[in-house]
Amino acid sequence: MGGRDATMVLLDENGIRCDGRKIDEPRKIMIKAGGLKNADGSAYIEFGDNKILVGVFGPRDVHPKHMSDTDTGILRVRYHMVPFSVGERKRPAPSRREIEISKVIKEALEPAVLLKKFPRTAVDVFIEVLQADGGTRCAALAAASVALADAGIPMRDMVAACAAGKVADTIILDVNNEEDQAGQADMPIGYMPGLEKITLLQLDGVLTPEEYKKCVRVGIDGCKIVYELQKKALAEKYFGGGS
Amino acid sequence: MTVRSVIDDLKRTQIVELLGQNKRADGRALDEARDVKIEVNAIPKAEGSARVQLGDTVTVCGVKIQPDRPFPDMGDKGMFMCTAELLPLSHPTVETGPPGPPVIELARVVDRGIRESHMLDLSQMVIEKNKSVVGVFADNVVVDNDGNLFDACSYAATAALLTAKAPKWNWVDEAPVLTEDAPVPISILTIPVSVTMGKIDGHIIVDPDGDEWAVLDARITITTDSDGNICALQKGGSDGFTLEEIDRCGELSVKVGAVVREKLKAVQAGQ
Repeated sequence: MGGRDATMVLLDENGIRCDGRKIDEPRKIMIKAGGLKNADGSAYIEFGDNKILVGVFGPRDVHPKHMSDTDTGILRVRYHMVPFSVGERKRPAPSRREIEISKVIKEALEPAVLLKKFPRTAVDVFIEVLQADGGTRCAALAAASVALADAGIPMRDMVAACAAGKVADTIILDVNNEEDQAGQADMPIGYMPGLEKITLLQLDGVLTPEEYKKCVRVGIDGCKIVYELQKKALAEKYFGGGS
Repeated sequence: MTVRSVIDDLKRTQIVELLGQNKRADGRALDEARDVKIEVNAIPKAEGSARVQLGDTVTVCGVKIQPDRPFPDMGDKGMFMCTAELLPLSHPTVETGPPGPPVIELARVVDRGIRESHMLDLSQMVIEKNKSVVGVFADNVVVDNDGNLFDACSYAATAALLTAKAPKWNWVDEAPVLTEDAPVPISILTIPVSVTMGKIDGHIIVDPDGDEWAVLDARITITTDSDGNICALQKGGSDGFTLEEIDRCGELSVKVGAVVREKLKAVQAGQ
């Protein structure tokens, strides 16, 4: 989404990254549960320079009706970037990229949500990326989990998410925009720490089989950090800060 | 891509029962892909083409090569794009009209596997820097759908690219002009191979066929390059994978992919 800068140093000799982080350090993350009045559940996340708002509606009647399922509720997810979220204006209509990410996030949330409890209904998750800076799908997935919990939707676990990747032949946690553009690999991961299940996994970039295994593990460690912040956000709303 | 029916659910009972005994309905081992048949130069008007049969799944890929304007920050590289389309004659459930999310995902996953492996040497495909580059378009059409379109389209696109011959253009008066030079094969750096695995009732199966595909709990597509490195991955479906399963799928993708790569190498050698 940004230009390529061939001169940028992604990892210096002291193991410090282009934004000053250590290799296993995530960006600054702030999650807030609730915030929207009309939505049944909502969440707001700041993940580095990403700013993402999520609203959840349902379980509610399914429109169009033919989409409803008599055996189970359905989950629908729309991931959308607002036109001013990136450097060059993004056309407001959903791109192929956004349609794919919507599908991937939906399939990452489905294992967590007890949809069978609500046959013939839909749970709608609307994700709006207000500002994007690399790793939006992970930040969006983490916020969507909190919003679903805030809506009181029964869940087996929350899905935490964080990316791992490779820059300067080193496996790193939480790939930012510059590292995604100029780095060697980006692997977004969605993970349910309670159930120890990976529900979102993508990769682009070349990894050896050993790096592949390491990358998944580094990403899962990142998910566990995010998981604590997700629980904290819910605790702050519902228990006034205590857990 | 297909709608899950009552019949599919009945078949699932049978599939799960067989998997419990380490068996599959068509007699394959759990880690065994279907036979791959690759026929190249099926469409002579395309600059490269291939017809792939993966069991009863049939796809055709044609490669067109033509000059194009580069993206603003990519003026020193040729362009590559891979698409996939489900033809209405490929399955009774396919409807005409704009592609839905599953088909968009299919096209993007096939594209990403080839792109991220750096199969094509795009730096060789510049006509005039920042003004005109060579565009390589690999368009897949699914002719018959019996499951695992990801791998069928990926093999067809890769085979078509291996056989593709690019014409040459010169930059004359601010426009690309086709030369009389004989077309030459495009420069290939590695051969990507995708391997798709499904999960049903806790069992991991390689290359699910149509009946299995309709009832998968989850799936994962992993693309490897000629060095045995992993270069692209996509998880899909409504369930998750454990860390051990992810490790095992990575190993399977290298092992199964190496067998298919030999067939693609034979295609390349035949040119």
